[in-house]
Amino acid sequence: MKPTDIANPDYFHKVVDCQWACPAHTPVPEYIRLIAHGRYSDAYMINWKSNVFPGILGRTCDRPCEPACRRSRVEDETLVKGKKEPVAICRLKRVAADYKDDDIAAHMPKAPEKNGKRIACIGGGPSSLTVARDLAVIGYEIVIYDQDPKLGGFIRTQIPHFRLPESVIDEEVGYITGIGNIEFRHQRVDSMKAILAEGYDAVFVGSGAPRGRDLDVPGRKEAAANIHIGLDWLSSVSFGHISKVGKRVIVLGGGNTAMDCCRTARRLGGDDVKVIVRSGFEEMKASPWEKEDAMGEDIPILNMLVPKEVTHKDGKITGVLFEKVKAEYDAKGRRSLVPSGEPDEHHECDDVLVAIGQENSFPWIEKDAGIEFDKWGLPRLNEKTFGSSHPKVFFGGDAAFGPKNIIWAAAHGHDAAISIHKMLIGEDPEDRPAPGVTVASQKMGIHEWSYDNAPTIDHRLKVPHRPKQEALKDIMAEVELGFDPALAFKEAQRCLNCDVQTVFTGQLCIECDACVDICPMDCITFTDNGEEKELRTRLMAPAMNPTQDIYIGNDLKTGRIMAKDEDVCLHCGLCAERCPTGAWDMRKYYMEMTQAEHACRKQ
Amino acid sequence: MTYIAKPRLHHPSLVKNKAGFTRRDYEGAVSTLCAGCGHDSISAAIIQASYELDVLPHQIAKLSGIGCSSKAPTYFLGASHGFNTVHGRMPSVMTGANLANKNLVYMGVSGDGDSASIGLGQFAHIMRRGVNMTYIVMNNGVYGLTKGQFSATADKGSISKKGVANSEEPIDLVSLAIMMGATFVGRSFSGDKHQLVPLIKAAMAHQGAAFLDVISPCVAFNNHPGSTKSYDYVREHNEALNRIDFIEGREEITTSYDAGTLTTVQQHDGSILRLRKLGEDYDASNKVGAMTRVQEGMAAGEVVTGLLYVDPSPKDLHHHLNTVDAPLNTLGDADLCPGSSALEKINASLR
Ligand SMILES: Cc1cc2nc3c(=O)[nH]c(=O)nc-3n(C[C@H](O)[C@H](O)[C@H](O)COP(=O)(O)OP(=O)(O)OC[C@H]3O[C@@H](n4cnc5c(N)ncnc54)[C@H](O)[C@@H]3O)c2cc1C
Ligand SMILES: Cc1ncc(C[n+]2csc(CCOP(=O)(O)OP(=O)(O)O)c2C)c(N)n1
Ligand code: SF4
Ligand code: SF4
Ligand code: SF4
Ligand SMILES: [Mg+2]
Repeated sequence: MKPTDIANPDYFHKVVDCQWACPAHTPVPEYIRLIAHGRYSDAYMINWKSNVFPGILGRTCDRPCEPACRRSRVEDETLVKGKKEPVAICRLKRVAADYKDDDIAAHMPKAPEKNGKRIACIGGGPSSLTVARDLAVIGYEIVIYDQDPKLGGFIRTQIPHFRLPESVIDEEVGYITGIGNIEFRHQRVDSMKAILAEGYDAVFVGSGAPRGRDLDVPGRKEAAANIHIGLDWLSSVSFGHISKVGKRVIVLGGGNTAMDCCRTARRLGGDDVKVIVRSGFEEMKASPWEKEDAMGEDIPILNMLVPKEVTHKDGKITGVLFEKVKAEYDAKGRRSLVPSGEPDEHHECDDVLVAIGQENSFPWIEKDAGIEFDKWGLPRLNEKTFGSSHPKVFFGGDAAFGPKNIIWAAAHGHDAAISIHKMLIGEDPEDRPAPGVTVASQKMGIHEWSYDNAPTIDHRLKVPHRPKQEALKDIMAEVELGFDPALAFKEAQRCLNCDVQTVFTGQLCIECDACVDICPMDCITFTDNGEEKELRTRLMAPAMNPTQDIYIGNDLKTGRIMAKDEDVCLHCGLCAERCPTGAWDMRKYYMEMTQAEHACRKQ
Repeated sequence: MTYIAKPRLHHPSLVKNKAGFTRRDYEGAVSTLCAGCGHDSISAAIIQASYELDVLPHQIAKLSGIGCSSKAPTYFLGASHGFNTVHGRMPSVMTGANLANKNLVYMGVSGDGDSASIGLGQFAHIMRRGVNMTYIVMNNGVYGLTKGQFSATADKGSISKKGVANSEEPIDLVSLAIMMGATFVGRSFSGDKHQLVPLIKAAMAHQGAAFLDVISPCVAFNNHPGSTKSYDYVREHNEALNRIDFIEGREEITTSYDAGTLTTVQQHDGSILRLRKLGEDYDASNKVGAMTRVQEGMAAGEVVTGLLYVDPSPKDLHHHLNTVDAPLNTLGDADLCPGSSALEKINASLR
């Protein structure tokens, strides 16, 4: 193998599993350390810069970082007395938001003098808000259009307030509009051509995927009064237009919308609420924790049942008839659901909530507006720049590639803002800016490091919840109460500081084996070079995870190589403590994605 | 020291041996030796060897004298018996312990100062008595613990850290051990675990006096240019005569080697040593030949390593003394004090 090029910013970035997995590449271990130190405002600002909505995301994020977290690969079930679990990265973010100083707004940037360019954002969701923030801080004038009366998009109209209090949305939307030069127009946009005709320098489309898929079975029309599309129903609840539901409710669908529908129904008078899903339990789209929370509120989830007919009597719904299916796999391992042959099942109900999918729709974009769409109705985009076939029009969030989530919307927003800025200063938007990297040794003394290098063996802590009876009574009462500072400290200590990298300098190494002997994870091997596949099998411990790199160091006197399996390293620094020559050093790689502000940073 | 304890987290693939322990279970307290000290590597090799041999930790007794090397037993086999004797007196304590309970696996750990200076007399006698043990000298050519004075194994002409050349003749513990009757003698290097671990395993399985001279650089006082016990010097001058593979029990030999390159030695306990020739022909069962080759190497400035001498059917202390089969510490009053009639008989036989 070739010696590792640690000057390539991606190399160590990839070692920080959480940051690499985060769509906005939030510097997770840095903010977790700040939380452990009680520096909540600093932790908040790191998040605010990267993901724009720390208080919102700290309650609602889909958290792709957590399944990636190294902790879930290195824990020992017998030591943690449970299963291997990632650090509670998401809920620690909320701690930063909950305990930051009151004067946090003073840390936020203010709009500089206007640069004379005007940008329209269609839709007031997280993607548009991110574009607005990134561009307002460098002098652009932003106009955001939304048909709903307040900014926030689906964050405000769909996510129930018992998961996300409205005050948090108001606060974080306020930090963005507080920058200045951001105008909100409560207005439905009916024509893209009309918007373009207003002479904006660029248009960002962040209009989401607003249409809920409908049910198409016999009886649907006859029982229409008691059948509701989940998305519309949730927003009506959010706006206070709906405040009651029948006692017996069936929720169709297995995604997060279904989970929000059923939990909302439990709070509006539904005593007997059940979720009924076509697929098996494991294949459901909802996150494991969403399913857990729903079941915790006495909502059963029934699987492998396909709705066949809505039953009704005298124009009133009586229930839903389901066909029982089973999974069958073809030679290629593809799954299909086929009738199981068992008798159909009938479930009685008073209301049905349909949460079986969500679609994009752009009725307001004229066919001849210069924007091409593919056969699925999605805009044709450049995946790097988010530019459409119209040079001035960019897309992001759910409107770009179909429904995703808030953190992806923010990440798209950052990227689109860079493209818009580059285009308007006459640079090539394809030419993406390099991330900002600072490297600093953490050595303070012979055996002292500026970070807490001793890994704990504590198991993952649970976020305290409001007692169930109390929570179910009040639809506005937030269920999760958040970590308090003591719990937050304990959970923060579980983080392994994966951004403090083991950096090897071959010329200094005397091959005494001290690092090999001390490493608790058997990461390090001095051996003869070879091809990666074969080398992985003959290290101190086999390197079993091909998605994680082997760090190769050369320049050794014996001509051997140093091979380190990054997969399971604890970043405990013992290799560097034991090294007599300083050939190993623990260096913090602080990596920050470049935003529109520094869009000219070269690769 | 502010070293953090070695985290208990471990590689997911770590497996238990037949005794039900992982390699990590054979570790000891965190080392307080200098970072990079060869002794720590030898400790790691002992841990690996004990793990691979499936020994029960409580059936090992580790004994040592005084020195950095003699501190090392604290840092491995934390669940085994240990005894730290006064300087140079480990051999007599180990002899006594072995006499009392021959069922334990004995491991003596010492330094070149501990064994070749103050303890030289004891060293010679434990070898000639044939105590069933593994005696490891972590040999760095200096008194590390007392800040680097030349020891009796320092080569003539080796330069001290302060720049002074050693003017005295070295004592070669390997030659001495073979001469005094040790039945398993090897030399290795702390920086070469591929050679060292099988040697330690074979020595532990050997049912007689086994001695290993392990060159172990002192990074603090004897790892500079001009030293003949530095990492660089030993690597440059290492002349390995053979590689051994240690095989427990009577497993079949599956790897094939070219004819003439492999010698198989079956030890008394059934374990098999496969000696792979590396260069010249070398017969590790020839005592006089071994002494000659080691002396030739010394004269040529080579560090001769490998399994240098082995007698596969050793006779140990208990054999010489014709003791009973049961360990002496298990004998009860009735065995130890057979009564006046037995005394009468003995007295009568002497009249
Ligand atoms: C029930 C539900 C729960 C969810 N829970 C979570 C969660 O817990 N965590 C998570 O990360 N994600 C969640 N999501 C997904 C998340 O809300 C979206 O992915 C995210 O909000 C998309 O952001 P966006 O910027 O693309 O636009 P959106 O938030 O979808 O906002 C688009 C806005 O544009 C407006 N708009 C559309 N067309 C026009 C027009 N022609 N004129 C004017 N205005 C228009 C819409 O009214 C809307 O306000 C959830 C989604 C649903 C449906
Ligand atoms: C009776 C006695 N004499 C002298 C000493 C001082 N002393 C302590 S360690 C040591 C030498 C140790 O050298 P070595 O055995 O080579 O161990 P190393 O530290 O080099 O591993 C000496 C002379 C002592 N502790 N006790
Ligand atoms: S242990 Fe910490 S730094 Fe490492 S992946 Fe998990 S949260 Fe990120
Ligand atoms: S920091 Fe060093 S000693 Fe610790 S696990 Fe990683 S490689 Fe091993
Ligand atoms: S002084 Fe020398 S022998 Fe002692 S611990 Fe330090 S390096 Fe090892
Ligand atoms: Mg010594």
